[in-house]
Amino acid sequence: MAELRVPVSAADHARGAAAGRVVLVEYGDYECPYCRAAHVEVLRLGRHFGDDLTYVFRHFPLTEIHPFAEPAAETAEFAGAQGRFWDMHDAIYAHQDQLSLPFLVGAVRALGLSVRDFEVALEAKTYAPKVAQDFLSGVRSGVNGTPTFFINGHRHDGPFDYQHLAAAIQSVRSRP
Amino acid sequence: MGHVLAPGVTAPDFTLHVTPDQTLSLGDLRGRPAVLAFYPADWSPVCGDQMAVYNQVLPEFRRHDAEVVGISVDSAWCHQAFAETRHLHFPLLADFEPKGAVARQYGAYRDGDGVCERALFVVDREGLIFWSYRSPIAVNPGADGILDALDRLETQEKSDGRTQSAGVRG
Repeated sequence: MAELRVPVSAADHARGAAAGRVVLVEYGDYECPYCRAAHVEVLRLGRHFGDDLTYVFRHFPLTEIHPFAEPAAETAEFAGAQGRFWDMHDAIYAHQDQLSLPFLVGAVRALGLSVRDFEVALEAKTYAPKVAQDFLSGVRSGVNGTPTFFINGHRHDGPFDYQHLAAAIQSVRSRP
Repeated sequence: MGHVLAPGVTAPDFTLHVTPDQTLSLGDLRGRPAVLAFYPADWSPVCGDQMAVYNQVLPEFRRHDAEVVGISVDSAWCHQAFAETRHLHFPLLADFEPKGAVARQYGAYRDGDGVCERALFVVDREGLIFWSYRSPIAVNPGADGILDALDRLETQEKSDGRTQSAGVRG
Protein backbone atom coordinates (compact mmCIF):
# COMPACT_ATOMS: atom_id res chain seq x y z
CA MET A 1 0.00 0.00 0.00
CA ALA A 2 1.49 3.30 -1.10
CA GLU A 3 2.14 5.83 1.64
CA LEU A 4 3.01 9.49 1.57
CA ARG A 5 6.76 9.55 2.19
CA VAL A 6 7.20 13.28 2.71
CA PRO A 7 4.93 14.54 5.48
CA VAL A 8 2.94 17.71 5.03
CA SER A 9 4.95 20.67 6.29
CA ALA A 10 5.07 24.45 6.27
CA ALA A 11 6.72 24.23 2.83
CA ASP A 12 3.39 22.95 1.43
CA HIS A 13 0.46 24.94 0.11
CA ALA A 14 -2.56 24.16 2.28
CA ARG A 15 -6.11 25.47 2.28
CA GLY A 16 -9.20 24.81 4.39
CA ALA A 17 -8.74 23.97 8.05
CA ALA A 18 -5.36 24.89 9.54
CA ALA A 19 -5.04 21.46 11.15
CA GLY A 20 -8.00 19.35 10.07
CA ARG A 21 -8.61 15.82 11.36
CA VAL A 22 -8.33 14.74 7.76
CA VAL A 23 -5.51 15.88 5.49
CA LEU A 24 -6.11 15.41 1.76
CA VAL A 25 -2.97 15.70 -0.34
CA GLU A 26 -3.28 15.90 -4.11
CA TYR A 27 -0.46 15.49 -6.63
CA GLY A 28 -1.68 17.28 -9.72
CA ASP A 29 -0.80 18.75 -13.09
CA TYR A 30 -2.26 22.06 -14.27
CA GLU A 31 -2.75 20.86 -17.84
CA CYS A 32 -4.39 17.55 -16.94
CA PRO A 33 -8.15 17.58 -17.64
CA TYR A 34 -8.76 15.00 -14.90
CA CYS A 35 -7.09 17.32 -12.40
CA ARG A 36 -9.31 20.16 -13.52
CA ALA A 37 -12.36 17.97 -12.91
CA ALA A 38 -10.92 16.99 -9.52
CA HIS A 39 -10.34 20.65 -8.64
CA VAL A 40 -14.10 21.27 -8.73
CA GLU A 41 -14.72 18.22 -6.53
CA VAL A 42 -12.04 19.29 -4.04
CA LEU A 43 -13.68 22.72 -3.64
CA ARG A 44 -16.99 20.97 -2.90
CA LEU A 45 -15.25 18.71 -0.37
CA GLY A 46 -13.83 21.79 1.34
CA ARG A 47 -17.31 23.29 1.67
CA HIS A 48 -18.77 20.03 2.97
CA PHE A 49 -16.09 19.08 5.51
CA GLY A 50 -15.23 22.60 6.66
CA ASP A 51 -12.92 22.65 9.67
CA ASP A 52 -12.32 18.92 9.51
CA LEU A 53 -10.43 19.02 6.22
CA THR A 54 -7.01 20.39 5.29
CA TYR A 55 -6.20 20.23 1.59
CA VAL A 56 -2.65 20.28 0.23
CA PHE A 57 -1.64 20.54 -3.43
CA ARG A 58 1.72 19.30 -4.71
CA HIS A 59 3.01 19.50 -8.26
CA PHE A 60 3.28 16.49 -10.53
CA PRO A 61 3.70 17.95 -14.02
CA LEU A 62 3.70 15.37 -16.82
CA THR A 63 5.90 17.53 -19.01
CA GLU A 64 6.24 15.01 -21.85
CA ILE A 65 2.56 15.24 -22.69
CA HIS A 66 1.70 18.66 -21.21
CA PRO A 67 4.01 21.43 -22.43
CA PHE A 68 2.48 24.09 -20.15
CA ALA A 69 2.28 22.00 -16.98
CA GLU A 70 5.76 23.00 -15.78
CA PRO A 71 5.52 26.75 -16.48
CA ALA A 72 2.05 26.76 -14.91
CA ALA A 73 3.41 25.07 -11.77
CA GLU A 74 6.27 27.57 -11.57
CA THR A 75 3.78 30.41 -12.04
CA ALA A 76 1.70 29.12 -9.12
CA GLU A 77 4.89 28.98 -7.01
CA PHE A 78 5.82 32.51 -8.08
CA ALA A 79 2.40 33.69 -6.91
CA GLY A 80 2.76 31.55 -3.78
CA ALA A 81 5.98 33.30 -2.82
CA GLN A 82 3.83 36.42 -2.59
CA GLY A 83 0.98 34.78 -0.71
CA ARG A 84 -1.23 34.30 -3.78
CA PHE A 85 -0.79 30.58 -4.54
CA TRP A 86 -4.47 29.65 -4.37
CA ASP A 87 -5.58 32.66 -6.42
CA MET A 88 -3.27 31.52 -9.21
CA HIS A 89 -4.16 27.85 -8.73
CA ASP A 90 -7.87 28.58 -9.10
CA ALA A 91 -7.30 30.93 -12.05
CA ILE A 92 -5.32 28.30 -13.96
CA TYR A 93 -7.89 25.55 -13.45
CA ALA A 94 -10.76 27.91 -14.24
CA HIS A 95 -9.19 28.69 -17.63
CA GLN A 96 -7.28 25.50 -18.34
CA ASP A 97 -8.46 25.45 -21.96
CA GLN A 98 -6.61 28.75 -22.53
CA LEU A 99 -3.36 27.67 -20.84
CA SER A 100 -0.38 29.24 -22.61
CA LEU A 101 2.52 31.53 -21.71
CA PRO A 102 0.54 34.69 -22.60
CA PHE A 103 -2.30 33.42 -20.42
CA LEU A 104 0.08 32.97 -17.46
CA VAL A 105 1.50 36.47 -17.95
CA GLY A 106 -2.06 37.82 -18.00
CA ALA A 107 -2.92 35.91 -14.84
CA VAL A 108 0.12 37.37 -13.07
CA ARG A 109 -0.92 40.85 -14.16
CA ALA A 110 -4.54 40.24 -13.11
CA LEU A 111 -3.33 39.41 -9.59
CA GLY A 112 -1.43 42.68 -9.49
CA LEU A 113 1.95 40.95 -9.39
CA SER A 114 5.02 42.16 -11.27
CA VAL A 115 5.16 40.76 -14.80
CA ARG A 116 8.82 41.67 -15.01
CA ASP A 117 9.70 39.74 -11.83
CA PHE A 118 7.64 36.84 -13.16
CA GLU A 119 9.48 36.71 -16.47
CA VAL A 120 12.82 36.83 -14.69
CA ALA A 121 11.77 34.00 -12.34
CA LEU A 122 10.53 31.85 -15.22
CA GLU A 123 13.70 32.46 -17.24
CA ALA A 124 15.95 31.75 -14.24
CA LYS A 125 13.82 28.69 -13.29
CA THR A 126 13.69 30.08 -9.76
CA TYR A 127 10.80 27.84 -8.74
CA ALA A 128 11.75 24.75 -10.76
CA PRO A 129 13.53 23.10 -7.77
CA LYS A 130 10.38 23.37 -5.63
CA VAL A 131 8.30 21.80 -8.42
CA ALA A 132 10.91 19.05 -8.90
CA GLN A 133 10.94 18.39 -5.16
CA ASP A 134 7.17 17.89 -5.17
CA PHE A 135 7.44 15.62 -8.20
CA LEU A 136 10.10 13.41 -6.61
CA SER A 137 8.25 13.16 -3.32
CA GLY A 138 5.26 11.99 -5.37
CA VAL A 139 7.28 9.41 -7.26
CA ARG A 140 8.67 7.96 -4.02
CA SER A 141 5.18 7.92 -2.49
CA GLY A 142 3.63 5.88 -5.30
CA VAL A 143 1.93 8.59 -7.33
CA ASN A 144 0.70 6.64 -10.33
CA GLY A 145 -0.91 9.27 -12.49
CA THR A 146 -2.64 12.58 -12.16
CA PRO A 147 -4.42 13.34 -10.01
CA THR A 148 -3.29 11.07 -7.16
CA PHE A 149 -4.77 11.66 -3.72
CA PHE A 150 -3.52 10.67 -0.27
CA ILE A 151 -5.91 10.72 2.67
CA ASN A 152 -4.07 10.99 5.99
CA GLY A 153 -1.00 9.61 4.29
CA HIS A 154 -2.57 6.63 2.49
CA ARG A 155 -2.96 6.59 -1.29
CA HIS A 156 -6.60 6.70 -2.35
CA ASP A 157 -6.89 4.05 -5.07
CA GLY A 158 -10.58 4.53 -5.85
CA PRO A 159 -12.22 6.96 -8.28
CA PHE A 160 -11.74 10.66 -7.51
CA ASP A 161 -15.26 11.97 -8.04
CA TYR A 162 -16.97 13.75 -5.16
CA GLN A 163 -18.91 10.73 -3.90
CA HIS A 164 -15.91 8.42 -3.64
CA LEU A 165 -13.57 11.01 -2.14
CA ALA A 166 -16.22 12.17 0.34
CA ALA A 167 -16.91 8.57 1.42
CA ALA A 168 -13.18 7.91 1.88
CA ILE A 169 -12.72 11.12 3.88
CA GLN A 170 -15.82 10.39 5.95
CA SER A 171 -14.57 6.92 6.88
CA VAL A 172 -11.27 8.39 8.09
CA ARG A 173 -12.99 11.22 9.93
CA SER A 174 -15.34 8.94 11.82
CA ARG A 175 -12.53 6.79 13.14
CA PRO A 176 -12.13 7.21 16.90
CA MET B 1 -4.09 -16.88 -11.06
CA GLY B 2 -0.49 -18.05 -10.75
CA HIS B 3 2.44 -16.40 -9.07
CA VAL B 4 4.89 -14.06 -10.72
CA LEU B 5 8.48 -15.30 -10.80
CA ALA B 6 10.18 -14.75 -7.47
CA PRO B 7 13.51 -13.11 -6.62
CA GLY B 8 16.58 -15.30 -7.04
CA VAL B 9 15.31 -16.98 -10.21
CA THR B 10 17.08 -16.39 -13.53
CA ALA B 11 14.91 -14.06 -15.61
CA PRO B 12 13.82 -16.04 -18.70
CA ASP B 13 15.44 -14.63 -21.81
CA PHE B 14 13.25 -13.35 -24.62
CA THR B 15 13.46 -11.58 -27.94
CA LEU B 16 10.51 -9.35 -28.79
CA HIS B 17 9.73 -6.73 -31.39
CA VAL B 18 10.33 -3.20 -30.16
CA THR B 19 9.42 -1.67 -33.54
CA PRO B 20 8.03 -3.42 -36.61
CA ASP B 21 11.60 -4.04 -37.87
CA GLN B 22 13.70 -4.20 -34.69
CA THR B 23 13.86 -6.66 -31.83
CA LEU B 24 15.26 -6.45 -28.32
CA SER B 25 16.45 -9.35 -26.16
CA LEU B 26 16.74 -9.41 -22.41
CA GLY B 27 20.37 -10.43 -23.01
CA ASP B 28 20.95 -7.05 -24.68
CA LEU B 29 20.37 -5.44 -21.28
CA ARG B 30 22.81 -7.71 -19.42
CA GLY B 31 25.39 -5.73 -17.45
CA ARG B 32 22.84 -3.17 -16.31
CA PRO B 33 19.84 -3.49 -14.01
CA ALA B 34 16.66 -3.93 -16.06
CA VAL B 35 13.13 -2.98 -15.11
CA LEU B 36 10.48 -5.10 -16.85
CA ALA B 37 7.03 -3.56 -16.57
CA PHE B 38 4.24 -5.80 -17.85
CA TYR B 39 0.97 -3.88 -18.31
CA PRO B 40 -2.46 -4.70 -19.74
CA ALA B 41 -2.77 -2.40 -22.75
CA ASP B 42 -1.68 0.72 -24.59
CA TRP B 43 -4.13 3.62 -24.76
CA SER B 44 -5.56 3.58 -21.28
CA PRO B 45 -7.92 6.56 -21.11
CA VAL B 46 -5.99 8.74 -18.65
CA CYS B 47 -3.09 11.14 -19.15
CA GLY B 48 -1.11 9.97 -16.18
CA ASP B 49 -1.05 6.28 -16.93
CA GLN B 50 1.63 3.84 -15.81
CA MET B 51 3.87 4.32 -18.86
CA ALA B 52 3.52 8.13 -18.72
CA VAL B 53 4.68 8.08 -15.11
CA TYR B 54 7.69 5.84 -15.90
CA ASN B 55 8.52 8.11 -18.82
CA GLN B 56 8.59 11.07 -16.46
CA VAL B 57 10.68 9.11 -13.92
CA LEU B 58 13.31 7.99 -16.49
CA PRO B 59 16.03 10.29 -15.07
CA GLU B 60 15.64 8.53 -11.70
CA PHE B 61 15.87 5.06 -13.29
CA ARG B 62 18.94 6.16 -15.25
CA ARG B 63 20.55 7.49 -12.09
CA HIS B 64 20.54 3.85 -11.00
CA ASP B 65 21.98 2.87 -14.40
CA ALA B 66 18.74 0.95 -15.01
CA GLU B 67 17.01 0.38 -18.34
CA VAL B 68 13.20 0.19 -18.29
CA VAL B 69 11.05 -1.64 -20.83
CA GLY B 70 7.28 -1.88 -21.01
CA ILE B 71 5.73 -5.16 -22.20
CA SER B 72 2.17 -5.80 -23.32
CA VAL B 73 0.40 -7.99 -25.88
CA ASP B 74 -0.18 -5.02 -28.20
CA SER B 75 1.53 -5.21 -31.59
CA ALA B 76 4.69 -3.30 -32.50
CA TRP B 77 2.62 -0.98 -34.73
CA CYS B 78 0.29 -0.19 -31.88
CA HIS B 79 3.24 0.42 -29.52
CA GLN B 80 4.83 2.71 -32.09
CA ALA B 81 1.73 4.88 -32.37
CA PHE B 82 1.25 4.91 -28.59
CA ALA B 83 4.89 5.79 -27.88
CA GLU B 84 4.85 8.58 -30.47
CA THR B 85 1.65 10.11 -29.15
CA ARG B 86 2.78 10.02 -25.50
CA HIS B 87 6.42 10.92 -26.29
CA LEU B 88 7.73 7.83 -24.54
CA HIS B 89 11.52 7.58 -24.41
CA PHE B 90 11.89 3.91 -23.52
CA PRO B 91 11.13 0.71 -25.47
CA LEU B 92 7.72 -0.94 -25.48
CA LEU B 93 7.96 -4.62 -26.36
CA ALA B 94 5.26 -6.53 -28.23
CA ASP B 95 4.48 -9.88 -26.60
CA PHE B 96 2.24 -10.41 -29.57
CA GLU B 97 3.10 -13.70 -31.32
CA PRO B 98 2.67 -16.19 -29.83
CA LYS B 99 0.45 -13.96 -27.77
CA GLY B 100 1.59 -13.47 -24.19
CA ALA B 101 4.28 -16.18 -24.41
CA VAL B 102 6.84 -14.12 -22.47
CA ALA B 103 4.30 -12.92 -19.92
CA ARG B 104 3.33 -16.57 -19.28
CA GLN B 105 6.97 -17.46 -18.57
CA TYR B 106 7.05 -14.71 -15.94
CA GLY B 107 3.70 -15.70 -14.43
CA ALA B 108 2.34 -12.39 -15.62
CA TYR B 109 -0.42 -13.39 -18.06
CA ARG B 110 -4.14 -13.19 -17.37
CA ASP B 111 -5.84 -16.15 -18.99
CA GLY B 112 -9.37 -15.32 -19.99
CA ASP B 113 -8.68 -11.60 -20.21
CA GLY B 114 -5.88 -12.19 -22.71
CA VAL B 115 -3.67 -9.40 -21.38
CA CYS B 116 -0.61 -9.03 -19.16
CA GLU B 117 -0.90 -8.48 -15.46
CA ARG B 118 0.46 -5.28 -13.97
CA ALA B 119 3.63 -7.07 -12.94
CA LEU B 120 7.00 -5.50 -12.25
CA PHE B 121 10.45 -7.11 -12.22
CA VAL B 122 13.83 -5.67 -11.38
CA VAL B 123 16.53 -7.86 -12.94
CA ASP B 124 20.11 -7.47 -11.74
CA ARG B 125 23.21 -7.07 -13.90
CA GLU B 126 23.73 -10.84 -14.04
CA GLY B 127 20.17 -11.55 -15.17
CA LEU B 128 18.72 -12.73 -11.86
CA ILE B 129 15.35 -11.45 -10.70
CA PHE B 130 16.08 -9.18 -7.74
CA TRP B 131 12.53 -8.02 -7.00
CA SER B 132 9.08 -8.75 -8.37
CA TYR B 133 5.61 -7.46 -7.66
CA ARG B 134 2.14 -7.98 -9.03
CA SER B 135 -0.35 -5.18 -8.54
CA PRO B 136 -4.12 -5.69 -8.59
CA ILE B 137 -5.08 -5.20 -12.25
CA ALA B 138 -7.11 -2.07 -11.50
CA VAL B 139 -4.32 -0.45 -9.49
CA ASN B 140 -1.51 1.23 -11.37
CA PRO B 141 1.52 0.50 -9.18
CA GLY B 142 3.50 3.70 -9.74
CA ALA B 143 7.29 3.76 -9.53
CA ASP B 144 7.99 3.74 -5.78
CA GLY B 145 8.44 -0.04 -5.46
CA ILE B 146 10.83 -0.11 -8.42
CA LEU B 147 12.95 2.74 -7.07
CA ASP B 148 13.06 1.19 -3.59
CA ALA B 149 14.25 -2.09 -5.17
CA LEU B 150 16.88 -0.27 -7.24
CA ASP B 151 18.09 1.45 -4.05
CA ARG B 152 18.43 -1.92 -2.30
CA LEU B 153 20.15 -3.44 -5.33
CA GLU B 154 22.66 -0.61 -5.35
CA THR B 155 23.32 -1.04 -1.61
CA GLN B 156 23.79 -4.79 -2.10
CA GLU B 157 26.15 -4.29 -5.05
CA LYS B 158 28.22 -1.86 -3.00
CA SER B 159 28.46 -4.24 -0.04
CA ASP B 160 29.28 -7.18 -2.38
CA GLY B 161 31.95 -5.03 -3.98
CA ARG B 162 33.46 -4.31 -0.58
CA THR B 163 33.36 -8.00 0.38
CA GLN B 164 35.07 -8.97 -2.87
CA SER B 165 37.80 -6.37 -2.62
CA ALA B 166 38.28 -7.31 1.05
CA GLY B 167 38.63 -10.93 -0.09
CA VAL B 168 41.23 -9.99 -2.69
CA ARG B 169 43.23 -8.06 -0.13
CA GLY B 170 42.92 -10.86 2.44
